[in-house]
Amino acid sequence: MRRFSLTSLLSESLRGHQGWGRQWRAPEPKPRYDVVIVGGGGHGLATAYYLASVHGITNVAVLEKGWIGGGNTGRNTTIIRSNYLYDESAALYEHALKLWEGLAQELNYNVMFSQRGVLMLAHNLHDVQSFKRHVYANRLNGIDNEWLSKEECKAFCPPLDIGTSLRYPVLGGALQRRAGTARHDAVAWGYARGADARGVDIIQNCEVKGIRRDASGAAIGVETTRGFIGAGRIGVVAAGHTSTLMAMADVAMPLESYPLQALVSEPVKPVFPCVVMSNAVHAYISQSDKGELVIGAGTDQYTSYSQQGGLHITTHTLDAICELFPQFTRMRMLRSWGGIVDVTPDRSPIIGKTPVPNLFVNCGWGTGGFKATPGSGHVFAHTLATGAPHTINAPFTLDRFRTGRLIDEAAAAAVAH
Amino acid sequence: MAQPFRLSRGGRIDRSRPLVFQFNGRPVQGYAGDTVASALIANGIHLVGRSFKYHRPRGILSHGPDEPSALLSVDRGPGRIDPNNRASVVEVRPGLRTASQNHWPSLEYDIGAVNDLLSPVFVAGFYYKTFMWPRKFWDKVYEPFIRAAAGLGKAPVEADPDRYANRHAHCDVLIVGAGPAGLAAALAAARTGKRVILADEGAEPGGALLHDTTSEIDGRPAAQWLAETLADLDGRENVILLPRTTAFGYYNHNHVALAERITDHLPGSATPGPRERLWQVRAGEVVLAGGSHERPLVFADNDRPGILLAESVRVFLNRYGVAPGRRIVFATNGASAYTAALDARNAGLDVTLVDLRLEADCGPELARLRAAGVTVLTGHTVIGSKGRKRVTGLIVAPLGSDGRCGGRRVLDCDCVGMSGGWTPAVHLFSQSRGKLAYDEGIDAFVPATSAQAERSAGAARGRYDLAACLTDGFAAGAAAAGSEEQRAFVATPTLTGFQPVRIMPTDADPAKVRAFVDFQNDVTAKDIKLAVREGFHSIEHVKRYTTTGMATDQGKTSNMNALGIVAGQLDKALPAVGTTTFRPPYTPVSFGTLVGPARHALFDPIRTTPIHAWAESQGATFENVGLWRRAWYFPRPGEDLHAAVARECKAVREGVGIFDASTLGKIEIVGPDAAEFMNRMYVNPWAKLAPGRCRYGLMLKEDGYILDDGVVARVSDECFHVTTTTGGAPRVLAHMEDYLQTEWPDLQVFLTSTTEQWAVIALQGPKAREVIAPLVDEIDLSPEAFPHMAMRTGRICGVPTRLFRVSFTGELGFEINVPADHALAVWEAIVAAGQPHGITPYGTETMHVLRAEKGYIIVGQETDGTVTPDDVGLAGMIAKAKPDFVGKRSLARPDVVASGRKQLVGLVTEDPKLVLDEGAQIVSDTNQPIPMRMLGHVTSSYWSPNCHRSIAMALVADGRALLGRSLYVTTPTGFTRVTVSEPVFFDIQGERVHA
Amino acid sequence: MLLIACPHCGNRPETEFRCGGQAHIARPEQPGALNDEAWSQYLFVRKNPRGVHAERWCHAHGCGRWFNALRDTVSDRFLETYPMGAQPALSPESETRA
Repeated sequence: MRRFSLTSLLSESLRGHQGWGRQWRAPEPKPRYDVVIVGGGGHGLATAYYLASVHGITNVAVLEKGWIGGGNTGRNTTIIRSNYLYDESAALYEHALKLWEGLAQELNYNVMFSQRGVLMLAHNLHDVQSFKRHVYANRLNGIDNEWLSKEECKAFCPPLDIGTSLRYPVLGGALQRRAGTARHDAVAWGYARGADARGVDIIQNCEVKGIRRDASGAAIGVETTRGFIGAGRIGVVAAGHTSTLMAMADVAMPLESYPLQALVSEPVKPVFPCVVMSNAVHAYISQSDKGELVIGAGTDQYTSYSQQGGLHITTHTLDAICELFPQFTRMRMLRSWGGIVDVTPDRSPIIGKTPVPNLFVNCGWGTGGFKATPGSGHVFAHTLATGAPHTINAPFTLDRFRTGRLIDEAAAAAVAH
Repeated sequence: MAQPFRLSRGGRIDRSRPLVFQFNGRPVQGYAGDTVASALIANGIHLVGRSFKYHRPRGILSHGPDEPSALLSVDRGPGRIDPNNRASVVEVRPGLRTASQNHWPSLEYDIGAVNDLLSPVFVAGFYYKTFMWPRKFWDKVYEPFIRAAAGLGKAPVEADPDRYANRHAHCDVLIVGAGPAGLAAALAAARTGKRVILADEGAEPGGALLHDTTSEIDGRPAAQWLAETLADLDGRENVILLPRTTAFGYYNHNHVALAERITDHLPGSATPGPRERLWQVRAGEVVLAGGSHERPLVFADNDRPGILLAESVRVFLNRYGVAPGRRIVFATNGASAYTAALDARNAGLDVTLVDLRLEADCGPELARLRAAGVTVLTGHTVIGSKGRKRVTGLIVAPLGSDGRCGGRRVLDCDCVGMSGGWTPAVHLFSQSRGKLAYDEGIDAFVPATSAQAERSAGAARGRYDLAACLTDGFAAGAAAAGSEEQRAFVATPTLTGFQPVRIMPTDADPAKVRAFVDFQNDVTAKDIKLAVREGFHSIEHVKRYTTTGMATDQGKTSNMNALGIVAGQLDKALPAVGTTTFRPPYTPVSFGTLVGPARHALFDPIRTTPIHAWAESQGATFENVGLWRRAWYFPRPGEDLHAAVARECKAVREGVGIFDASTLGKIEIVGPDAAEFMNRMYVNPWAKLAPGRCRYGLMLKEDGYILDDGVVARVSDECFHVTTTTGGAPRVLAHMEDYLQTEWPDLQVFLTSTTEQWAVIALQGPKAREVIAPLVDEIDLSPEAFPHMAMRTGRICGVPTRLFRVSFTGELGFEINVPADHALAVWEAIVAAGQPHGITPYGTETMHVLRAEKGYIIVGQETDGTVTPDDVGLAGMIAKAKPDFVGKRSLARPDVVASGRKQLVGLVTEDPKLVLDEGAQIVSDTNQPIPMRMLGHVTSSYWSPNCHRSIAMALVADGRALLGRSLYVTTPTGFTRVTVSEPVFFDIQGERVHA
Repeated sequence: MLLIACPHCGNRPETEFRCGGQAHIARPEQPGALNDEAWSQYLFVRKNPRGVHAERWCHAHGCGRWFNALRDTVSDRFLETYPMGAQPALSPESETRA
């Protein structure tokens, strides 16, 4: 791997950047790998990277039916935070956040992790109680999160309207200063480059059409559009398409796939210093390094694989944005798009074994997967390498839906991920 | 300056209405009908902005919505400033203030232009490779620097004084684009009598006809045909013609969104009416006739001010009567630029044309242009341009048969019109999820397979010839309206034909030159090649890595060129590289348009009770609860929340308080199977509840967790009056209807929401009976005849009532249900009757305190969607004998019956004055390391005026086994010690309620 | 925004409706007789198909009635709506995705 540095950049600039090679290879699939990861999004690529870098397992393939990072990795609003209520979630997302903090250096790829702070607004007394519950729980879990009065919210985010003419005036907010955003595409590319450099084969335009099992029922490989590929272990990390893939191994999943929309404004000079989330009125907003306001909307109410949602979802979100930030009515929507998010009954992910031997799954991140990318890949790599979950993902089993040990952040907090 | 580049005649501007606007503080003259771009060009101003990354001088490239470069900040008065407006679209009006963007200190002298010198470093994706050391510098140094450099204009900072409107419309045929194809489609559809909406983004309908001064249609000049057609459509009641209206989004099931610009072009700042309107059209059929966009040529320094698209040169000449230059060189690889060149020649300008095609590959256009006296250099490539803030020359060279460039030659000029071919505007088609196909003949993607009730017509599907456009449009309009009518139009043949080229051949080192593909994002052919070299082969990867096509013009001028270069690098056919999916909006749409009037009180409905105005008149403070606005407390002069609540709490326990409980959800459950239905929906037993008696009902979701609660009265054998929480009413009714209709349709039960029909006046306190006794008829109020948890029907103040003897305070209490229309009168009568007893109105805060003193839970506060009946000590409510009810099975799941679940308890602070924070966490040992083991959290916490101390309820792991034990609760600064208690703090024996 | 044909009211915009997820999942007659595995299947496991899907809708802001629909989750096109209790004329598994 050609190391990225100011020196290498400057020396290349003297010769027209002719010396840069491929950031990852385009290999032909081998007949068999120790581990095959189905899904070349951030989570899948991170899994491959940590398999190679932490566990020394390099005979690994990542199979992607389209182009890497083309699913939810490249379609989300890039919010990263770890101020979750339950111990299980807090541990998982904080694990990820700590990895984010050194990720650019680790990968030698600037993923532009920007710790701008995530401010979650409270609009009613119930919100206030719920957020304080989070703040206190986070404190005892060693996660930074603090309660701000509405005046402090305004000071932290000057465009915010804290007046009383709002339909739901701002009463205060919870701020995680270490939280922020990152450049989503770079995360996929950085992991791909790092994994590739360690020997992982990243195979794009390779769609999995079947999961082959032996007489004992154990998974032994995948049928793909580029032929059969044998595998010691298979990890399915395919977000919205997980149900379809798992059905190939006769595993029915507690998942539903919904459209999730987001949009950006035209780019403008810096005007918005942080990330603001308001679940009560459904508004999620930050400003990207390019200057665009990045705005997340809610899911549509029906399952769909169309990557397209209804206009009323978008307008509802913008209603909330303009209610909170009235000066933005003259800003313009530049692009909107949709992703397919797989949602579990308790809105927490499933990371671990399946009833099929050698088949593992990492799914159900719903609307909150991007922030977990490094942590998710790290613990899933551990699970694939050892055959057993890491302590952090041990609670996130498929079995919890049978036992009732759900991890229902949304029900507990009325806070979207 | 008196418009030196305005032609003496021609154009559709109104020369009788001169006006003055401002550009960068300088007055600029123009005419009504001008765009800012045309008026600037009339005054010889081509330098109008600085590019995004390299701060290169930029001018006006196009005449329409595809403009990537000429982006201005526009100021229409206080609060009406917004950035990134395309000069080619903004109509001038007197007093308009416009300004260029992205430069300092000025447009002419911009320090940022140093970036242009550093361009060898600032290639595609350079920021992924650096800015990583030292690590801490990212947040404090690099990122702020990158951010300050990024962005174009400045965001508005003041609240917007304009209003916006929203309209839903239905039509049989929606036609997008009122150029020749769209107009012909409208003519055809309108004749059938079907409802037609024709939307066009321009200030004037007509599309290409507005600048076609030479063609004839059916024997008449194009302009005349246009006027007659518009008059025809205008006279039809079944046609709505919407100018200045952009169809920007094509959603599911022919739901098409249009943005209509209403007032921005009108003179004066205090304009009446909304600024913009969102049309949400549900169309039976859609005809997409949005035309096509011209492609620039990719050659070195193709971005200098004065270099325009060839057709745009023609538009400025013919539609606006301005000359983009006096010596114009057209550079092209196709025939359409010849039409522009001919028009320029006819306007008396010095014209030269350079064509990449060989003489033999050209059509009749060549001879015609030469006949007009224009020099045409065929088989010539463009190698670069001269000039800096304005083009001064075009460097061209003949191309040998071996592909090598011959001797260079500079053609002096002050304007270049370039044409690299045409791209059909398939954006809306692609949004509708139709499938595109590559048409090699025109080197473009065209609509192939429709996914919705839609068809494309004219140039939008690659029909560039005028007569073909009209005929195609007419057929599409007729078919969309269900008619088979056809009509052949006769029109002057359009010059078409071209030879695709990706990058103009050059003798320069391609690694050194910068040939721009995406003008706004400063993406060069070199950047795209670098991306491909680094392994970004999917067009989506190239787009994201280089940012080509991601600017505010969404790549209208650049996408095909970028795609072609990628295909060339990979040595693949263009369709093998694929095309990006187009997403809404077609052009940027203001948030205001999308939001419409949905602000403040119209953001969400505000629900108020019949007592609301009375509470307001008493100076109540309100809180939002769901959609409801409820009286929170009733402060007297000088009182804060704490003082008012203390007084209200005392008043209820010592005398009598009155509370508006009208927001409680109410559902009437009627029918022979009503009791059976209740048995299945609630955990409680209902069969034996006698008419006239009440019971506290607890309802679960199928997963076993508490959904809602409320008092239920049995009105008769076949009628229950159910109450729900304020926020839960719609949810509970929906939940019930779902089971009734889909699981047990055999049950004879009817559910009716009566929340709005019954207002509820809660009268609570030892004197409650005395207060209402004189007002109540037909009901014996004595404790023997009317015990706690009973319901009687009768009259109060002559009004029919369902009078509940229930209590959410622990006091003797009544909840007086009366028809909402009479509620205020009854309320006022009770208040009057209560005056001798010191009746005190109280709000939701006091209600919360009083119920907490008694340990009554509030669903949503003590419960959070993960709490079972046993968790909150209500397992006793469950009818053991019932074989089934919703949620029962889930209560037997392993982790629901396991020990260690959090249970509801009371907490008593060591310091009686300390009120715990709701949401505070509980631990047994404060010395344990982080992360600590948390036992639970405080769900409710108040100062109790009646207990003279703080009280709190909490969910604590195995809490009921910890009674009397000390635990620690977080405070803003540390921990405080508490003792676990029963969650009842007042009248522990519960005697007062039976008074 | 979808356009949905309520079997009782005709075509209405999606905002009048509430989606109730996968259709034809009957509540077990005797939930108590099911083991934990079977009960969790009933509660949580869904087909989530890529293609034709039988799902429930309620015309909540209209007639208030529940009904079923066949919808293609790739194109979002409705193939059919039919009353609660009825079976679709087309089979969800059929290749009727035209």
